[in-house]
Amino acid sequence: MELFVQQVIAGISTGSIYACVALAIVMIYVAIGHLNFAQGEMAMFSTFIAWQLITWGVPYWVAFFLTIAISFVAGIVIERVIFKPLDNAPILSHVVMFIALLTIITSAAGFIWDFSIKTFPSPFGSAPLFGSSLISAHQAGMMVVTLILLLALFFFFRYTRVGLALRASADNPVSARLVGIRVSWMIALGWGLATAIGAVAGMMVAPVVFLEPNMMLGILTYGFAGAVLGGLSSPGGAVLGGFIVGVVENLAGTFIPVIGGELKLTIALCIIILVLVLKPGGLFGRATIQRV
Amino acid sequence: MTKLLEVKGLHAGYGQTKVLHGIDFSIDEGSVTTLLGANGAGKTTTLRALCGMIRRSGDILLSGEQINRKQTEDIVRVGVAHVPDGRGTFTRQTVEENLQLGAMARSDKAGIAQDLELVFSYFPILKERRTQQAGLLSGGEQQMLAVGRALMLRPKLMLLDEPSFGLAPMITREIFEIFRELNRKEKVSMLVVEQNAQIALELADQAYLLETGRIVFSGRADDIRDDENLRKAYLGY
Repeated sequence: MELFVQQVIAGISTGSIYACVALAIVMIYVAIGHLNFAQGEMAMFSTFIAWQLITWGVPYWVAFFLTIAISFVAGIVIERVIFKPLDNAPILSHVVMFIALLTIITSAAGFIWDFSIKTFPSPFGSAPLFGSSLISAHQAGMMVVTLILLLALFFFFRYTRVGLALRASADNPVSARLVGIRVSWMIALGWGLATAIGAVAGMMVAPVVFLEPNMMLGILTYGFAGAVLGGLSSPGGAVLGGFIVGVVENLAGTFIPVIGGELKLTIALCIIILVLVLKPGGLFGRATIQRV
Repeated sequence: MTKLLEVKGLHAGYGQTKVLHGIDFSIDEGSVTTLLGANGAGKTTTLRALCGMIRRSGDILLSGEQINRKQTEDIVRVGVAHVPDGRGTFTRQTVEENLQLGAMARSDKAGIAQDLELVFSYFPILKERRTQQAGLLSGGEQQMLAVGRALMLRPKLMLLDEPSFGLAPMITREIFEIFRELNRKEKVSMLVVEQNAQIALELADQAYLLETGRIVFSGRADDIRDDENLRKAYLGY
């Protein structure tokens, strides 16, 4: 029993990583209507920027917020320069561009900072929380950050005019232009926000998995699983989905002997397939109701 | 009477296909003008061209100001509200959010709140359903919502694209009654595009007949209504 509780708590703490990544995935999905496969790599690059700033002697929290700001702007620039010209191109063109972006960013990071593994500091310290060995201070801090982010997004979407304009642009772009919303800038804003959230996720993940150009590869898969499980259109669902994936992965790794440590990643993929087959909208995704 | 909108030599189309071949028309301040014609005559295209949703050339003057180079988003800001065909509902947002979206181009909070109440006074059903997902409304209710959304701009000119489309005759009548009231009480000028010529001519002061991208007749709505030959030839009733 004790082992079970321990594994659940450990699952929740890894789940908070996935939750954070899932949140970034949902953000871009809400803004542009499809997934950005380069999201993980963009987050990794942001984290390298933070690492560079810290190495230059910038205090952690200054570097933290500076990185968020830089990432926000970079996200907007990427949309303006690369994706706006694609505009109404078929979705496949976008996918190809995502993959190009993914490889370019990975190589650029490797070129600038090389492929050796770097440690990334945690603002919360790595000591066990309250002396218990179940969860570390960093993991607890990460959960708090994820929840703050979720709350901020909720308020942004629900209670601000810009949030409403963003939702409307995704819902009905033609009609949105007719009420005066600058839809193309809303898409850019969505990119900026998604990149900023990705940066937070990256900086939270890096102390756990160490910093290197491929650090987000596995995590992004888990993040996708969390987002799909929770429902791609629901920020709250994505966070919960992330936690559930973390717990399931940990429990399966511990209690199902065949799976062990090596097959853990498969679980994320199994979750994606199961959800898509059984409940494509995810647990909390909006089942769009429409009169015909 | 002063002209609110003046259109001269308007050409427009989709890609290689030209639909409008240089049409001229104008709308008097405070009046209701209707643009009639069969399927494919270019009625919807005219409205789209006015709003910059498609490529167009020619003069479009709103209160004397040239707007033919303005983007769709900016044409809204000079006071032209477009109720598009298909009603343009934001199906996943609530009824009230749909109305708030209509006021996106404004920033006077108090005025917006006031106009929300005004819309609810014209369309009480929308108040009842304010928290509902807009996609769940019936066709007639969605048409009311679209008109309400346009009103939230407090527009000088409202462009209405086939407001009767897909509605039961009784609902159509009710909605056209409200148009009349809006025109009289709120001083909104309107350009109504319709296939249902009969009801449009009852509402309108001025009418234009459009046939394959050209205006073939213009005059007072009453005159067209009384001219049996014209009615039979172009409007089929």
